[in-house]
Amino acid sequence: MAEVRLQQIRHSYNVDAGEETEYALEKIDQVWEDGGAYALLGPSGCGKSTLLNIVSGLLQPTEGKVLFNNNDVTSTTPDQRNIAQIFQFPVVYDTMTVHDNLAFPLRNRKMGNAEIKERVKTVAEMLDLTASLNQRASGLTADGKQKISLGRGLVRSDVNIMMFDEPLTVIDPHLKWQLRTKLKQLHRQVGFTMVYVTHDQTEALTFADKVAVMFEGEVVQFGTPEELFLSPNHTFVGHFIGSPGMNFLPCELDEGFLVFSGNRIKKSAPITQPETTKKIELGVRPEFIKIDSNGFPVNIIRIDDIGRYRIVKVEHSGYFFNVYVPEEFEVPTENLRVSFDPQNTHIYCDGWLYDKKEPS
Amino acid sequence: MKRFAWMVPTLYIILLMLPIYWLVNMSFKTTNEILGTFTLWPQNFTFDNYIKIFTDRTWYQGYINSLSYVFMNTAISVTAALPAAYAFSRYKFLGDKHLFFWLLTNRMAPPAVFALPFFQLYSASGLFDTHLAVALAHCLFNIPLAVWILEGFMSGVPRELDETAYVDGYSFWRFFIKIFLPSIAAGIGVAAFFCFMFSWVELLLAKTLTSVEAKPIAATMTRTASTAGYELGLLSAAGTLTIIPGAFVIYFVRNYIAKGFALGRV
Amino acid sequence: MITRVPNQKAWFMVLPVILLVAFNAVIPLMTVVNYSVQETFGNNVFFWEGFRWYEEVLRSERFHASMTRQIVFTSIVLLIEIPLGIAIALTMPRKGLGATLCLVLMSLPLLIPWNVVGAMWNIFALPEIGFLGHVVNSMGIDYNFTQQPISAWVTVIAMDVWHWTSLVVLLSYAGLTAIPEAFYHAAQIDTATKWQIFRYIQLPKIKHVLTIAILLRFMDSFMIYTEPFVLTGGGPGNSTTFLSTDLVKIALGQFDLGPAAAMSLIYFLIVLLLCWVFYTLMMRNEDQ
Repeated sequence: MAEVRLQQIRHSYNVDAGEETEYALEKIDQVWEDGGAYALLGPSGCGKSTLLNIVSGLLQPTEGKVLFNNNDVTSTTPDQRNIAQIFQFPVVYDTMTVHDNLAFPLRNRKMGNAEIKERVKTVAEMLDLTASLNQRASGLTADGKQKISLGRGLVRSDVNIMMFDEPLTVIDPHLKWQLRTKLKQLHRQVGFTMVYVTHDQTEALTFADKVAVMFEGEVVQFGTPEELFLSPNHTFVGHFIGSPGMNFLPCELDEGFLVFSGNRIKKSAPITQPETTKKIELGVRPEFIKIDSNGFPVNIIRIDDIGRYRIVKVEHSGYFFNVYVPEEFEVPTENLRVSFDPQNTHIYCDGWLYDKKEPS
Repeated sequence: MKRFAWMVPTLYIILLMLPIYWLVNMSFKTTNEILGTFTLWPQNFTFDNYIKIFTDRTWYQGYINSLSYVFMNTAISVTAALPAAYAFSRYKFLGDKHLFFWLLTNRMAPPAVFALPFFQLYSASGLFDTHLAVALAHCLFNIPLAVWILEGFMSGVPRELDETAYVDGYSFWRFFIKIFLPSIAAGIGVAAFFCFMFSWVELLLAKTLTSVEAKPIAATMTRTASTAGYELGLLSAAGTLTIIPGAFVIYFVRNYIAKGFALGRV
Repeated sequence: MITRVPNQKAWFMVLPVILLVAFNAVIPLMTVVNYSVQETFGNNVFFWEGFRWYEEVLRSERFHASMTRQIVFTSIVLLIEIPLGIAIALTMPRKGLGATLCLVLMSLPLLIPWNVVGAMWNIFALPEIGFLGHVVNSMGIDYNFTQQPISAWVTVIAMDVWHWTSLVVLLSYAGLTAIPEAFYHAAQIDTATKWQIFRYIQLPKIKHVLTIAILLRFMDSFMIYTEPFVLTGGGPGNSTTFLSTDLVKIALGQFDLGPAAAMSLIYFLIVLLLCWVFYTLMMRNEDQ
């Protein structure tokens, strides 16, 4: 178990990196506390796997340092860092039994046989693998094999950090939920520092205490699921988190009020004008738009019935956005009027959050 | 230990090149030098052996004959194999598994078994001593190989491609030629490569079915060894020249070599 | 996996292949079967002989001798080429110019006409004139493959190893490059030794291609004809006469149609049987 610090990490896959070279990672600074559960969330190509491999030592960063408990491990190899990594597809030793798979790392570390047996038994119980201990690993299903991968990390007591690289990719959808819950449970039991890399927001938000959302090689926001949901730092976070994501609409600032298409959305505190050259948008989640007879009129384009709620796509002055309507509410077929919740409507300037809450 | 790993393939390649080097070495020597002294490279460098081959019809005709039937065979094998491989890949039909298996068993047939029957069969069909005869005879093992390789590649192309083409109004053959074949271009290349390879190197059947007109270079070479005594320089030059087409072909498909084998279908 | 649609018209697409292969396979095979059960004294007059030829072949000393030599040859060759091929593939670079260079150079022996391989080694191994012959003899070893059976065997085996190991290398290499990096990473994290990586990751993962390599090498070495024939002519005496060499001698040399035909069929059946056994054995291990 260790605290992990990433200092000024930059990485380019081009061997001779100059100023114009494309950097896969731009200036990453992170602190992951000992025993925490974290997620790296982002679309394909955002650099999350690169970052993971830098932490595990499979990749040496072009610039920057990696520290475990304040020890600089940047130039060490993976086996020297005492890490565990679970990959996208199950990595098991096909010819060995489940038991031997789990025992493998321990045997290599010259642990005594009795102790090995104990640990394997404990870990197998944790993962519900006890029944298949004497089966050949190749005979298990995909989720069984991923559990073995997981197990090989758990058997060791000296693990500084455990990393998951999109581990549920090959798992059947109805088993994903089970495995996800199991992971969260294991984290509470074992207390390793865990980092989970994924492009699936549900996986990230349910597993992690804090999520680092990555976009084009940068961490655009590092916060709790709640923070990410309620006050996204960047329009990308707004788009990416939530289903459907945040609505972004062009707006103006007029005498301290936020104005959208001629409609005043009251803001609780007056805001200073940003430079007129910058792009100003307002961001509001569909969940924070309510049907309000005092609001402004919109035309209904489409209603998607998801079951417990509906997503209504509406139009106003040529702009489209989504409204979240819980099942108890009726959607009027004509003369629909909506209003934005001022508390949860944010202003974005060139993509970044402008009206950050002042710490009180 | 890891540092020295490169020595293994290097040593292996050196050992591989040694007999070839020796052959090339001999080809530039005169018979006197060969029989007289042992030298690691020619003291009296001479092109005589090569000149003889390029000017003597009985020699260069041998190369032309060999290349002719090899190309003919490759063309026939791949062309016939394409629709068959498609059928095996896309359709279920009566006896399909058995047919496929039967095709593969022909690859396991010892050519020696067929030497005599082929001799009689091709004589009786009036095809004896023609390029076509050898080209057809090699089909025995090249067609199963081509079908096997092509079927493997074709199974990697999703059916949706076929279906989209039909929806778009393509006739079967137009779809096959304009859309499907380009999508398995690598597979056709691999199949053609292996057909070329096995036909170029095979000699028992090639010799059995020819005598004068379509005589492959191999036959010319063995004749030299026995009748003219030891014309080693000439023999070496002839041998060296046969290595060149192979080297060419490898160079062209160098990027596909590993990929083709990776399909596991040789 | 492609779902295959039933379509009997597919037979038309397979027709060219069937015609070409059947012409070459069925008719000759029928001829061979025909000859194997008949006797002729020329003039196209045939007498039914039943299984006489089969019995004669199976009981003949000559056949047993060739068979024994063949089995010994194939065994030795397989025992050398397979491990050697794998070992070389393991040490080859995985990508870059070095890899391409290696692959191209290693493929060269595979594309040399088989008679040239024989001739090349003949010249290479000649006691005075050849590089190998000269060097070995100058080291004090009496080496002459045209006169000594042992030398002839060593030379024939060396030639086959030189000729065909690359096939095993290429196939193993293809299998090895297909193994995802993640397996090596995981092994590194588990602090596995190089031997463990080979035994638990690499070897199992190349099992499929290795099976193909072994099958091919077995088949082709069992049917070998041209190279040893050009190198030694089957001699000295008949010390390097393997099954194919013997068969061709009987069939095309002596024109003993009956025995040749019977031997042919026995030969073919043996190859098929052994292939089937090999294949089942290796596939069974996979399902366990």
